[in-house]
Amino acid sequence: MDSAPRSPLGRGSGDDPARRESLEHLFRHESGRMTAALTRVFGVHNLPLAEDVVQDALCRALEVWKLRGMPENPAAWLMTTAKNRAVDVLRRERRARSFAPELERLLESEWTFTPTIEEAFGPYAIRDDELRMMFSCVDPRLAEESQVALILNILCGFSVGEIGNAFLSSAAAIEKRITRGKSVLSTSQRLFELSASEDFRARLAAIQRALYLLFNEGYHGSCAETVVRVELCREAMRLATLLCEHALAAIPSTRALLALMCLHAARLPTRVDESGSLNLLTDQDRSQWNAELIARGQTLLEQSATGEELSEYHVEAAIAWCHATAPSAQETDWRQIVSHYDTLMSIRPSPVIALNRAIAVAQHEGPEHGLAALRELPDRERLARYPFYPIALGEFELQCGRRAAAREHFTAALPLARNAAEQRFIEQRIDACADRVR
Amino acid sequence: MSEFLYVYRGGNRAGLSPDQMQQVMQKWVAWMQGLAEKGHLKDRGHPLEAAGKLVNGRSKSVTDGPYAEKDLIGGYSLIEARDLAQATELSKGCPILERDGSVEVRPIMQM
Repeated sequence: MDSAPRSPLGRGSGDDPARRESLEHLFRHESGRMTAALTRVFGVHNLPLAEDVVQDALCRALEVWKLRGMPENPAAWLMTTAKNRAVDVLRRERRARSFAPELERLLESEWTFTPTIEEAFGPYAIRDDELRMMFSCVDPRLAEESQVALILNILCGFSVGEIGNAFLSSAAAIEKRITRGKSVLSTSQRLFELSASEDFRARLAAIQRALYLLFNEGYHGSCAETVVRVELCREAMRLATLLCEHALAAIPSTRALLALMCLHAARLPTRVDESGSLNLLTDQDRSQWNAELIARGQTLLEQSATGEELSEYHVEAAIAWCHATAPSAQETDWRQIVSHYDTLMSIRPSPVIALNRAIAVAQHEGPEHGLAALRELPDRERLARYPFYPIALGEFELQCGRRAAAREHFTAALPLARNAAEQRFIEQRIDACADRVR
Repeated sequence: MSEFLYVYRGGNRAGLSPDQMQQVMQKWVAWMQGLAEKGHLKDRGHPLEAAGKLVNGRSKSVTDGPYAEKDLIGGYSLIEARDLAQATELSKGCPILERDGSVEVRPIMQM
């Protein structure tokens, strides 16, 4: 936390890439850290109070920094401001209000008050608090989508409107989800305890799932705006990295999850072309893939290969690794990928996975086999609204030279497009059918 | 060169998300940096707390702030410019104007 390089007030902040990186979304990220730290001291039932203090600290930062320039270590400045406000609140209201039950006695006596506060706002405590807050957010009483919304709001500092934007939901719908989520959280007074309990393991699995959904939303999701999507992927990776840095949370499946994210994120820059259209894996410029992220993903995947559990994240990461390290689509080990998909189907059967398996089969054995695999797809009706099912049918028909049939499938996919990029992509495929007729 | 006082008033920040607050802050930092680089920034000045006291008249009656938000002075800076016209022109880059705020530009009397 104190590693920010020295630079004079308000100057030079744009010159140092490391510093620029750490300042990007500073308010948003620090808002999550401050909320976690304050909630630990105030108790989860006082979450709204913690949020008020955070809002206050951010406003002060805005007012002071805009004229005086940014301090040397803005994150520490914010945390100190929040801490000082917390001290005021605790002293003023300790008789009227109940705070965190485990700290109550320590905060009663002047002898222990200051050391307790200093400890609670120290860097190690805050890191734990962020994790504990993450575990609190995946309360089993809440639906997955509410858990994701709470994580985005509390830990990532996104406003209700911004979350609605990213998920193409109305702000009112998200507001409702978050309000209800927070009222469920506030029934317990303390943040979730990080200990090797059964509840811990169950919630860790829920967090993995929530971060996986968050990453997927960014990678494939409904929001057309690239910036927002990249942001969601980055947040999922930031929180997964936090998990990987904690001894109890860094189990093999957590590392596999982060590996999966790194290996997919490496390809993020080439998924969409300059015009905002989707780029097929086969058409992506592989020299643009992020080698650093591929290497990080590979290391994590190797580290995850211990223990007895083979999670879906392991298998998905292995598939992503096959793609990320293949020199071209032709030279990809499709046989291996098909076999990974078979494993995945045995762990978590789903029509979308079956669809992806069929695509790998087509690459490996030819489009006729791909079509056959698509026709045998279990639970096909669950893909009724999924554009990539008719797109895959069209693609294979096109590869078989049956352009009219291909065109029919692509045309059927058009009304299913969930954003402008998908729509443009499908239109291009329809054009491609016509091109070859001429 | 003459000296001028910029008085910043109002500036709505209700309903801003953390990311948006940071963007507002960064616009200010960039604007101030621009003034400094061109030698117009004599003194960055200071932000002011919203709460305060108002002492009034012969009776020295004391009342509490804060005042209506749109009239609230949020801070001030000291500017160097050729003349009032230039100082006024320079103030048009102030980010407070994008958020329903105002900048009062006042020449400082020469001795």
